[in-house]
Amino acid sequence: MISFPIIRVVTKILIPYILLFAMYVQFHGDFGPGGGFQAGVIFAAAIILYALVFGLQAAKRVAPPWAVEKLIALGVVVYAGTGIACMLCGGNFLDYNALDHHWLTELPAYIDFLPGEKPHHFLPTGQHLGIFLVELGVGITVTAVMTMIFYAFAGRERLANTTKGPLG
Amino acid sequence: MIIIDIAILALLAATAVTVARIQNLWAAVMFTGIYSFLGASWMLILDAPDVAFTEAAVGAGIATVLMLGTLALTGLKEKPITKFPLGSLLVVTITGITLVYGTLDMPRFGDPNAPIHLHPSPTFVEKSQPDMHGLPNVVTAVLASYRGYDTLGETAVIFTAGIAVLLILRKDAKEPGESSGEEPS
Repeated sequence: MISFPIIRVVTKILIPYILLFAMYVQFHGDFGPGGGFQAGVIFAAAIILYALVFGLQAAKRVAPPWAVEKLIALGVVVYAGTGIACMLCGGNFLDYNALDHHWLTELPAYIDFLPGEKPHHFLPTGQHLGIFLVELGVGITVTAVMTMIFYAFAGRERLANTTKGPLG
Repeated sequence: MIIIDIAILALLAATAVTVARIQNLWAAVMFTGIYSFLGASWMLILDAPDVAFTEAAVGAGIATVLMLGTLALTGLKEKPITKFPLGSLLVVTITGITLVYGTLDMPRFGDPNAPIHLHPSPTFVEKSQPDMHGLPNVVTAVLASYRGYDTLGETAVIFTAGIAVLLILRKDAKEPGESSGEEPS
């Protein structure tokens, strides 16, 4: 599809916003709708869109399969590692309250000069931090799995004859 | 609002019938994408934007692309039906009647006295504000914190499923000397 200029240009304009929206859904999931799974599939959809328009090889240069397949495991490690970190901090497995920090509980003086509503805590509380890390792990795994499955499907040759499919 | 509800439900039904009847598989895949997108709109009407995100991205986006990828490997035409599928029709009809019969027992949509709104949910909504130090999204609080073990299990399931699919699909992709030379090991 690289020969269609309108598709190519529109895709190039759209992809940064899709990625940005995925980041928003990922990191704002505890305030608005969203979370790791949703962000992961949106992020993967951006990579897949790039592969559809610019070809599988171009996408593999952006997100190399050897890196993506390690990200599959990394996400689970981040999730489980958050649980282990809670245990190391003296709590139960995945008990995020143990991640609560005991420094900077007072807001620093310069926060008064910032415009807008003042935050309750300067640094995220334990629960907030735990949810953030756990959702990050889910997002990494989902992005990597979706991307790798797409690579695996799109990379296969047609068995019967050699006509190229829509994915080239 | 009720007009939008009826329009989306009617379009969903029409799309489902079209997918079942159409012979051209490429068009059928496109219609499943449309179906998923209508489903996402429907989820948005039901105030479930999280599910709508997922449905739009997975159902309308990734699943459609994967099915197109499968079509590229197989063929575009459905095999013509040679004899009337009486047995299948019987099974589908009985299953459909059972499902509809099951929904008759369900509480009305949005009924405040429905069991789902009475048992754990109000306590979570009340507890989550002080527990989470002000995180407003109760859904995320339940998924990631109260039910953290479950979500860890789900992530492990996605991990396992992804690895399994890769193992199956990759097996013969490498044998004919495919240039997957990105492997550093």
